[in-house]
Amino acid sequence: MIETRNFRVLRNIVLTLLTLWVAIPLYVVVSTSVKPLADVSGVFEWIPRSFTLAPYIDIWSTVPLAEYFKNSLIVAVSATFFSVIVAVLAAYSISRLAFKGKRAFSLIVLSTQMFPGIMFLLPLFLIYTQIRNVTGIQLQGSYLGLIITFMTFTLPFAIWMLTGYFASIPIELEEAAMIDGTGRMGALIRVVLPVAKPGIIAVAVYSFIAAWGEVLFASVLSNESTKTLSLGLKDYASQTDVFWNQLMAASVVVSLPVLIGFILVQKHLVAGLAAGSVK
Amino acid sequence: MNKQFKLFASVTAVAAMTIGLSACASSDSGAGSERITYWASNQGESLTVDEEVLTESLDRFTEETGVEVDLEVISWTDLYNRILTAVTSGDGPDVLNIGNTWAVTLQQTGAFDPVEGDLLEAVGGADRFLAPSWATTGAEGETPTSVPIYGQAYSMYYNTALFADAGITTAPTTWDELVTTAKALTKDTDGDGTIDQWGVTHAGASVTQNAHQGFIRGVQNGGSTFDSDGQGTFDSAEQVAGATQFVNLMAVDKVMAPSDAELTQEAMGVTNLIDGKAGIIFSQSPLKNFASRDFTDWAVAPMPLNEAGDTGDKATESFVAGINLSVFKNSDNKEGAYSLMNWLTSDAEQAQLNDAYSSLPVVDAAYDDERFQTDVIKQKQDTLANHALPMPLVPEEGQMETLVGTALKNLFAQAATGTVTEADVQDALTDANNQMLAAQ
Amino acid sequence: MSRSVIDSTPAATDSSVSAPETRIPLPPRRRRRRSPLAYWLILPAVLLELLVHLIPMVLGVWIAFISLNQLTLTNWVNAPFVGLQNFMNGLDPNSSIGQAFFATIGRTLLYTVLVVGFSWTLGMAAAVFLNSKFRGRALLRTFFLVPYALPAYVGTIAWAFMFNNRDGAINQVLVDTMGLFDGDRPFWLLGDNAFGAMVIVNVWQLWPFAFLMLMAALQNVPNDVYEAAALDGASLWQQFRTITLPMVQPANGVLLLVMSLWTFNQFNVPFVLFGATSPESATLISPLIYQNSFGSWNFGLGGAMSVLLLLVLLVASAFYIRMVLPKGKNND
Repeated sequence: MIETRNFRVLRNIVLTLLTLWVAIPLYVVVSTSVKPLADVSGVFEWIPRSFTLAPYIDIWSTVPLAEYFKNSLIVAVSATFFSVIVAVLAAYSISRLAFKGKRAFSLIVLSTQMFPGIMFLLPLFLIYTQIRNVTGIQLQGSYLGLIITFMTFTLPFAIWMLTGYFASIPIELEEAAMIDGTGRMGALIRVVLPVAKPGIIAVAVYSFIAAWGEVLFASVLSNESTKTLSLGLKDYASQTDVFWNQLMAASVVVSLPVLIGFILVQKHLVAGLAAGSVK
Repeated sequence: MNKQFKLFASVTAVAAMTIGLSACASSDSGAGSERITYWASNQGESLTVDEEVLTESLDRFTEETGVEVDLEVISWTDLYNRILTAVTSGDGPDVLNIGNTWAVTLQQTGAFDPVEGDLLEAVGGADRFLAPSWATTGAEGETPTSVPIYGQAYSMYYNTALFADAGITTAPTTWDELVTTAKALTKDTDGDGTIDQWGVTHAGASVTQNAHQGFIRGVQNGGSTFDSDGQGTFDSAEQVAGATQFVNLMAVDKVMAPSDAELTQEAMGVTNLIDGKAGIIFSQSPLKNFASRDFTDWAVAPMPLNEAGDTGDKATESFVAGINLSVFKNSDNKEGAYSLMNWLTSDAEQAQLNDAYSSLPVVDAAYDDERFQTDVIKQKQDTLANHALPMPLVPEEGQMETLVGTALKNLFAQAATGTVTEADVQDALTDANNQMLAAQ
Repeated sequence: MSRSVIDSTPAATDSSVSAPETRIPLPPRRRRRRSPLAYWLILPAVLLELLVHLIPMVLGVWIAFISLNQLTLTNWVNAPFVGLQNFMNGLDPNSSIGQAFFATIGRTLLYTVLVVGFSWTLGMAAAVFLNSKFRGRALLRTFFLVPYALPAYVGTIAWAFMFNNRDGAINQVLVDTMGLFDGDRPFWLLGDNAFGAMVIVNVWQLWPFAFLMLMAALQNVPNDVYEAAALDGASLWQQFRTITLPMVQPANGVLLLVMSLWTFNQFNVPFVLFGATSPESATLISPLIYQNSFGSWNFGLGGAMSVLLLLVLLVASAFYIRMVLPKGKNND
């Protein structure tokens, strides 16, 4: 919009309010995480009376966070990687090729977002058990099961979103490449992917955040050796004793990797969404 | 092909191989027949503590029997879903912990080994066990499908420093005395016009804590939550009277902080007691919380009865709380599973484990151990052995806990934000009972 | 997005190409031919969706027609077929369960409208203002996305901690510092306030997602359109209504649909805020279904509720896609 004086005044007011709205809960989390336990159990104090990093040290012994951290990384990175590949292929097919059942496929994929998530739990476990009984592939308690589950959970939105990105890329680019003798797949990889890179990163961020934070299915599909970090955090909160400062410290630790990753890809993400969302 | 494509293709190939390999690798694990899997519930102050306690015990077990144990300690919020999926799919551990109030429901699924023959022999027969704990192993008249491992009972814990300040020397033994004592404890200590020390604290938003107290108060008033046909009777006059007494601590007697209506976990109430914000709490096992905060100004007494001289069921102080062990029917190493059952219920391990968790042994002989001669253990042992009733041994027990616990939770919320009358309690329990009937 | 996402076929894209005479002639209609490649490309997605989403969903629907409880669970394949019995039990408006179900559907609808409405408004405001250039813009852009990047669990726990009646930061400010409510600390997580508290928590977590999508959509609105409008004397509000809104409409349609579906099925926020059972004012449909299946070992009932929910959302979504999302040429 045109930056009149009114616009700037309004902008400063709105952005200040939004900043507070985002910052206050974050401040409560971080400030609580550096208070000694005795200072946490009273009325909330905005300025910590004393400062300690002990909660950040204690959490590593109370729950084996380091181990969970490794599991989360393996699961979330793999799920994101494969989800993006599968979604790219499907979205390309939908946006570029004609085939029977395209609309039905898109709608059925969307319909999975309309069934209560919790009702997938038992059937999914039953199917995984059947697969193990028939093929010997262990999906419960293994990385593989978690990866397949999480990557599929994010597919519906990823496919819808990427279809939009691809559709907004002028088809002439590929046609030119194909005239030069490159096949469809060559055109996709050499022409479309580079142009759609920002959109793909956007989908990757969405998939990663979803896999990183999921706890319900992780709680049933993981075991001692594949437990994820978010799950460890949930265990933390449901223990028989509540250490708020450690819980908040653990929350910060769990969130930091996501935030760092976010800062790294933030620029691409913005440009990426722009490429797909408006033509 | 250009560079980017090659990179893309090779990354994809490597990733596909990784998935394939991890599939093979994981399908091999657990194949050895001298390995069994054990799912343990959270008993210590953290899952890590549980792992330490149990690993130490299981290492000795492996040394003695040669059976390796894959231990998994599972938090309470997840254990239920894990058992549910295991029971449904048939894919579960060899031996597992269950809350003893789930025993009858799980018995009906037929997913666990009946405790008879070899298994009964492995645990040394029913007579070794505390009779009330053994009563929770299955429905009456049916072969049990679980065996007790840890015992618990409600007692009344109080802050002795606050009692001394208020000039109170003896713990209340009846409900009226409780209310009187609690009123003496409820005060404004810093003179700012608001009460900051309360008589009783309770996790008013905890469904299970509410259900337990609702059960105990109902029984003490001569009620029961199910009739002999297994029909819900939560709304009987006795049940309503008991629930009213309890809710009135906040609503009428004003000896329980309204903010307690928000507490979702027992530990939060225990924290109030430790911080001197409340004088009394009904609890199963606050000792580990006391210890982790170096709190020593506490004492224990039996739960107050409705009236002095009550006997029989009316003299119930607690439900028979505890954890049971079951063997999964699909276990492919029954021999190993049974020897683990034998190990965990042996006199020596009972003493060892229950001492570590400050819970109660479920076999009589373990009480001879010198570690169980303390006042608090003797008090709890007496409650468990002589003044405890099992929660109703019907499959709908879990629903009852949810419905009654939620009704009380809502009543506390109402008390915190307004007023509650006996008619409100009656309405809430009638509604809970109707929901039970509709679901049956 | 280019027309509706799902309809964005080559035909739809063609219309946007501006210089037809420079187009390189193709072998006759090559890209229109139905090639098996299309199926090969969607195959992985189809297989995964079948395995993880569709077969479980079909099983879930089937559960609605059988009696699945503790007696039949281990042998679920042979659980007795009971026809519409579960539907009659759970959805009978005269029974207490049915009443709760329909009241909850209405409440969840209101909840969805509020959460999506607020999230969209905040997201749009932030997107519009962060679209203008000023110092610190990149920093704020990242910062506003933080609530979305936090695991949902963490954000909700933080709010529960703040809403706490006795010790929470909110009552500390409102009551202790500002002296509101005559020193009486209100309960935010009990009674009728619980609904509002839950809306706030959910908006806090969801609005950055709306912000992200809308901000991106705005990137491509050319500034000279605004300049022309400003010359014609259009006010800021008029510029927003006649330029910004129509230009982001394609992205907006999909955004609103997805956010609404997610919010309607919200489970985590109430579960973390209130535990397994919410205050009545704040009971949403997903936790209710959880309670009536996992809580009572009566999976048929929860299944029946889920099937009805699926039908309602399916019809609503289909209607929405037809009416609101711009139409493209169909090619199926």
